[in-house]
Amino acid sequence: MATPKPRVKLPKSASAGEVITIKTLISHTMESGQRKDSEGKVIPRQIINKFSCEFNGATVFSCDIEPAISANPYFEFSARVKESGTFKFTWVDDDGSVYEDEQTIEVK
Amino acid sequence: MRHSLAIVGLGMMMAALQMPLTAQADPVDDALVIDDLEMVTRTKAPEGHPFDEVRSGWLYREAETRELEADSFQNPGMLYVEQGADIWNRIEGPEGKSCASCHNDAAVTMKGVGANYPKWDADAKRPINVELQIDKCRVENMGLEAYKFDHAEQKALTTYIKNQALGEPVKLDLSQGELQSWWDRGKELYYTRTGQLNFACASCHEANSGQYIRADHLSQGQANGFPTYRLKQADMVSLHNRFRGCIRDTRAEFPKAFSDELMALEVYVTWRGTGLSVETPSVRQ
Repeated sequence: MATPKPRVKLPKSASAGEVITIKTLISHTMESGQRKDSEGKVIPRQIINKFSCEFNGATVFSCDIEPAISANPYFEFSARVKESGTFKFTWVDDDGSVYEDEQTIEVK
Repeated sequence: MRHSLAIVGLGMMMAALQMPLTAQADPVDDALVIDDLEMVTRTKAPEGHPFDEVRSGWLYREAETRELEADSFQNPGMLYVEQGADIWNRIEGPEGKSCASCHNDAAVTMKGVGANYPKWDADAKRPINVELQIDKCRVENMGLEAYKFDHAEQKALTTYIKNQALGEPVKLDLSQGELQSWWDRGKELYYTRTGQLNFACASCHEANSGQYIRADHLSQGQANGFPTYRLKQADMVSLHNRFRGCIRDTRAEFPKAFSDELMALEVYVTWRGTGLSVETPSVRQ
């Protein structure tokens, strides 16, 4: 599997108190652990099991992810922004890898 | 009272007679706009085409699936476009070259290119598609081996290159070399019934286009969105993979990818979508 690549989309700027939409997508096979290869051996589970989004250190959204989630998980959620700052996104892989992305927003 | 009951009964019988024998579901009337670029999803068919209007398979899909394709951020196929961009710029092989070493910025040099394939390959004296063109470059210029069919990198790079033609109308130049005779052969194959189920391509995609086949809505079977992100596989599906899948479903022996049969079919099927926008990576169910 190629290294998972996170993608994040949110506005570059917003007015104070505005509710913005945040979209995230990460490339990942989300191998469920239920499938078998051509030789009949179980393909070990490897999924992203946790996703979280922080804004200036405070959690905005987080969730646990289970094996039934399909490949390339996509999350869309909204947040109210009061001040300029940085959104930090974190995906945790079963193998312990952590994939991160950051995006700043300017509040006028 | 008796009289009016009889009229009701007659009305019900009439309604039953008017019901079609097969479920008909017309394609939606909706516009596909990707990143402010409007796609041609319906256009007048070229001369000699069995349909009056050629239509993109996008029009035959569920609202949720259509929406996925319309937003280039949500479209999972765009992940493969990004992966393809990395491969494009990656130096590989004994010659120390990447695709970009010769072709520079794909956004410039590959713009619109995918809309005009397959082309005629004068060296091999047969049609060449994007996948084979990549292989030709790898073997002749990069000192590498050709990709195995449907190698993950072959699909990603093909998707990336065809995506540079997003929105461009499909147009083949059949006057190149002997491309016309391959078109003829492809047409013959399109109408030839095969397999235990005795189906030709045309049995589903022409005679029953717009109808349901079990829970699946039959489109015209256009090639303009390939490689396509198929939700069923959660992966990119190449055109030749789809051809083989369709032929397998008729319970016939299926030809090898890039074989003469399937290259002829690619020429003909691509031509049937003349004028439609390249939608790579399209999203299908």
